[in-house]
Amino acid sequence: MQFPTTSSPFTPASNTVNRVMLQVLIALLPAVGIMFWLFGSVLLIQLLLACSTALLAESCMLWLRKKPIKLHLLDLSALVSAILLALAIPTIAPWWISVSGALFAIIIAKHLYGGLGYNPFNPAMIGYVFLLISFPQQMTSWQQPFDVISSATVLDHTKTQLGLDFSMDKITTSPLFGYIAGKGWEYLSLAYLLGGLWLLQRKVISWHIPVAVLLGLTIPALTAYLIDSSQFNSPLFHLFSGATFCGAFFISTDPVTAATSNKGRLIFGGLIGSLIYIIRTWGGYPDAIAFAVLLANLAAPSIDYYTRPKT
Amino acid sequence: MLLLCLVFVLLGLILGYAAQHLKVQGDPIVEQIDALLPQTQCGQCKYPGCKPYAQAIAQGTADINQCPPGGEQTIEALANLLGIEAKPLNTEFGAIKAPTAAFIVEQDCIGCVKCIPPCPVDAILGASKQMHTVIATECTGCELCIAPCPVDCIIMVPIANKPSEWQWSAQHD
Amino acid sequence: MTKLAHFHGGLKLTAHTLSVPIIDSSLPEELIYPLLQRANHYAAPIIKLGERVLKGQMIATVNTPFAAPIHSASSGIVKAIEPRIIAHPSNLADDCIVIETDGLDAALASHSCFDYQQKSPEELRAKIHHAGIVGLGGATFPTATKLTTEQDIHTLIINGAECEPYISCDASLILQKAKEIVLGALILQYILQAKHCIIAIEENMPQAAQALKNAITHSIQLISVPAIYPTGGEKQLIQVLTGTKIPAKALPAEHGFICQNVGTAYAVYQAIIQGLPLTERIITLTGKGINQPQNIRTRIGTPIKHLIAQSGGYNKKVQRLIMGGSMMGIALSSDEIAVTKASNCLLALTGDELENKSTEMPCIRCGDCATVCPAELLPQQLYWYARSGQLEQCQDYQLFSCIECGCCDVVCPSHIPLVQQFRAAKGAIIIKEKQTAQANLAKIRFQNQQQRRAKEEQEQLAKAEKRKATIEKMKAASLAKKKSL
Repeated sequence: MQFPTTSSPFTPASNTVNRVMLQVLIALLPAVGIMFWLFGSVLLIQLLLACSTALLAESCMLWLRKKPIKLHLLDLSALVSAILLALAIPTIAPWWISVSGALFAIIIAKHLYGGLGYNPFNPAMIGYVFLLISFPQQMTSWQQPFDVISSATVLDHTKTQLGLDFSMDKITTSPLFGYIAGKGWEYLSLAYLLGGLWLLQRKVISWHIPVAVLLGLTIPALTAYLIDSSQFNSPLFHLFSGATFCGAFFISTDPVTAATSNKGRLIFGGLIGSLIYIIRTWGGYPDAIAFAVLLANLAAPSIDYYTRPKT
Repeated sequence: MLLLCLVFVLLGLILGYAAQHLKVQGDPIVEQIDALLPQTQCGQCKYPGCKPYAQAIAQGTADINQCPPGGEQTIEALANLLGIEAKPLNTEFGAIKAPTAAFIVEQDCIGCVKCIPPCPVDAILGASKQMHTVIATECTGCELCIAPCPVDCIIMVPIANKPSEWQWSAQHD
Repeated sequence: MTKLAHFHGGLKLTAHTLSVPIIDSSLPEELIYPLLQRANHYAAPIIKLGERVLKGQMIATVNTPFAAPIHSASSGIVKAIEPRIIAHPSNLADDCIVIETDGLDAALASHSCFDYQQKSPEELRAKIHHAGIVGLGGATFPTATKLTTEQDIHTLIINGAECEPYISCDASLILQKAKEIVLGALILQYILQAKHCIIAIEENMPQAAQALKNAITHSIQLISVPAIYPTGGEKQLIQVLTGTKIPAKALPAEHGFICQNVGTAYAVYQAIIQGLPLTERIITLTGKGINQPQNIRTRIGTPIKHLIAQSGGYNKKVQRLIMGGSMMGIALSSDEIAVTKASNCLLALTGDELENKSTEMPCIRCGDCATVCPAELLPQQLYWYARSGQLEQCQDYQLFSCIECGCCDVVCPSHIPLVQQFRAAKGAIIIKEKQTAQANLAKIRFQNQQQRRAKEEQEQLAKAEKRKATIEKMKAASLAKKKSL
């Protein structure tokens, strides 16, 4: 009897790409829930817009590139990028913000570089940065939590007030602040932290990048805070403000754009953490996750080269 | 102003000295090109050997896709080296063939030694009125011995596909 | 209780253990012996066509320590020495000695010897070489050569850590022949003059552990190792048992360790004590594609179809025939192929036991492959470079340290055939190096030829000049003579 010949191994593989992505989506549920609680149902419209645009764009690009559409759509990677983008933009932003952001992320940042696995930059972050640079006004008017008034975020507020020479103790008395950081926002950070810890427990991500990001942020923040607490915010504030936990657990850990070896991942994460601190404190933008991640994405190939195994 | 002129003259003198005394002998690019060629010395590229072909490529009088024994691999390596686009083999110079070695059919050999001088690597053993034979491991498959043979007793035999020579390929069935 | 170490990576796999007693295979009509051995060495036949051979008679010798002689596993006539498809990943044909059995199973006389300690280690090694014994764990390295090491060996490890899924030939051998294996271990220890001897088995072999505990003597240690693939690889096993990490390019012997499979230890017992050459081994024949899975004591050289027939034949749904385990086995094209000394397992697998490779996705760089790699490599980087043909970078990332265990391939969520890519890259590098070496040799021969011809031409010219000069001289001399007359 004759048989086909192929290479070993012949053991069935258990994991699939869409199982990895699905677990990331599940880990984002607490954050989505908190956002909904803080900002109301308008969030769902943003999510719907971003997701449907992303899936549509992905289908078109796959069709143009003559790839199997169903197989690649079902890997859920476009959905993950879309949801991360939708969670990053202000909920009261006009509809064309989420649509154009999703289009830019999927078409330009992902497919024009070769699709899943080939993009050097995190698509959600590229989409976010594109929107931030092109439409700064719409991207920085945030709805106040539990309210319909729009205002700045605590990071934004802190930056402008420091620029006006107010000291940190004065700034933190503003009603925008909650227990540790922005009122309402701190619960969102907690939700991202919980989701991230669940991903760690499920071994979907390894601890190297999140821990390195958080340490990379905490150590300079702590040092600066100890030196002059009137000029610099506490490390705890930095950890619970903005998108720190989201960045540490969901965005930096995007496997396609991160470094590969464990040593490399520690360096990669550390770079992101320190860049977040530097840009937040001395840079031109209030929140720095997107820029920090993109800069580290640039550095990832070099990090990989210098941390390759040498037996 | 004067200082600047003096500096330029000095630099010019240094360059002149370097051009004379630090000159590299020969043309390194020819050696590099030659190292990528298969050394079959068959002449299918219309040059009498691999070194002349390498020189012609370096001078720009020959294209990089004229070597059938080298195949796609050599063309790509040359393209890489010279920083130009790879192109498909120019079939005017021959087609890509499976590796072969010359074999003398001993019943027909008349011992005329006419096949020995054309062999560029001295792979044929023989003397006048003695049986000739091809040392198969040295034969590069250039086929230059076939035409001179007056009794047409040399054939090209494909090199056997032995398990010891086999390697995995990336394509799966 | 010995404290065990860990090696990097590894996977917990479903064992698919077959717990059945060993049965004997029936005599096949033909016995087929390929002359090609590991590392591309060929054995040379010492019998002629039509000659009658006996069971245990040597039929091919070797002139290198890296190959072992071949013995016939039954009596019969040498029918042919011709190309047959061999058990090799290429599934190409190569020269084989084909023996047509006569059904008598007449054996060459054997001489038992119980007092092996009266003999020198060199004599015993010679006996082992003469018996054609090779490592029966699958790598088939000639045992006598492995034992002829100049290094000081302090620990002999008998490897019963059968870690690959489906294989249970070692476990079943231990159950049946524990005393003989222990004796084989003692013989090996005596040859090596090793201070320590450890028999290692997996934690999921409790019956085998019990059998060995009853047979073991005080000088041998029995250790159970966790059932993590690939603990059975010698370097991984040494690291788990002793914590010593053997570097990728070094041999265990350089660090004082020698590993031998339990099957090899049993073969050594048979060769030294019973005076029998290596002509049979235990093979696990299993998988959902076979109707009666067995552990069969098989004559080496038996065509696989004979064993299949003895095991109830194929199930209708069978899709693949594999020699070896499901992680590192070789897919065979036909069951006409005969089993060799390396055949520890034959798998007839159905569709649901196999990997569905049609859903290959792009690499998402998740790094799961690097987490499980026992050789601590970065398979995803190797994959990118192998795929894009950047072979130098592959070597930069230590491609040749890859042991092709398959761990990375199995965990990959994109179902990328990583092992195949690495094998292809290794093959491309080997072919390229061979071609470069051949080209360099041709170039040197051509240059020598040019120089020789230039020299000959010069000599011809010099001769011609000399002749010309002599003629001129003679002419001048005769002219002068004429003038003077």
